[in-house]
Amino acid sequence: MSTSQTTTSEHHPALAHQFDSMEQQQEASTFGMWVFLLTEIMMFGGLFTAYLIYRLKYYPAFVAGSTSISVSWGFANTLVLIASSFTMAMTVWAAQNGRRKTQVWLLLATMVLGAAFLGVKAKEYYDKWDECHIPGHVIGKGFNAWGGCSITDKSLGNIAEEIRDPNHHGNPNIPVVAAEQTAKQTEIFFSFYFAMTGLHAFHMVIGLGLLAWLLLRAKSGEFGPAYYTPIELGGLYWHFVDIVWIFLFPLLYLISRHQHGV
Amino acid sequence: MSDQSHSHPTPGLYLLILTALVIGTCLTWGIAFVDLGKWNPVVALTIAVIKAVLVILFFMHVHYSSKLTKLTISAGFFWLMIMITMSLSDYLTRTFLPQ
Repeated sequence: MSTSQTTTSEHHPALAHQFDSMEQQQEASTFGMWVFLLTEIMMFGGLFTAYLIYRLKYYPAFVAGSTSISVSWGFANTLVLIASSFTMAMTVWAAQNGRRKTQVWLLLATMVLGAAFLGVKAKEYYDKWDECHIPGHVIGKGFNAWGGCSITDKSLGNIAEEIRDPNHHGNPNIPVVAAEQTAKQTEIFFSFYFAMTGLHAFHMVIGLGLLAWLLLRAKSGEFGPAYYTPIELGGLYWHFVDIVWIFLFPLLYLISRHQHGV
Repeated sequence: MSDQSHSHPTPGLYLLILTALVIGTCLTWGIAFVDLGKWNPVVALTIAVIKAVLVILFFMHVHYSSKLTKLTISAGFFWLMIMITMSLSDYLTRTFLPQ
């Protein structure tokens, strides 16, 4: 106690009093962030497990549902998200090396790419609305009061026809009733599609909020080689969201694509 | 091996990982249109796992983190694997029973 006057070393203003050093603080923060991310992995993991079980059970319906979503947009969005992960990783690097301006620009680039991803996602959702593929048969652009779809070119009735159409690699020997039954079961696929991409998009929105907050703090010059933990943790979250999409893309978009083409 | 906590990846390494991820994405997309029968989802998921491991090890700096962090993350993924494999080993083998 009495020697505090002489031993008080200059410690970083961001160092919380329960930690001995900045290194220890960052180690504890990173560890805590990973424990949180593991709970997130288990949450998405539950959805993935349920998806796999239903995909095995209703495989023809999942093929019909999967081939009705645009693989080109999904592919483009995967590249956008990977690019945003790269700029996020570079943000951490810029903070570590005290490049304040680079850090701010890289954060902005990450946010622009994240927003672009959500824009494409909104376009894809609108297409599903347009094609009457929203499960439940109650909402959608072409639905009438009887739950029927007035837009027939890509609706469930059309999926049933495609299942039997040899020009679409379908099998004409499948009875009409069975084809209609399979078309109805695509609603299970679309339920998973909206639940999984929806939860993912929700995480993206939260991620954009976190990035905006980090951007403000980075602009004020808070982060540098001695203290960049918030940037590091924001990055961990952003990369986690990227990883979820890395699995969503092949699982949702790429079922039996070779039979149906782009 | 002993103490990597103070080494950080360089922009060059990040670029290399980005290139690998883009190549992996293009491969997944291209192979999806080739008929490999039952192997299509296996190949797609193998590429996805490789991409995820690259992101975790280098973008998320796990390669440079402490053994405690590494062990915790491994344990988490092990638990995830328990959930998926135990559930699927039930559903996948139900059809093995004589009808």
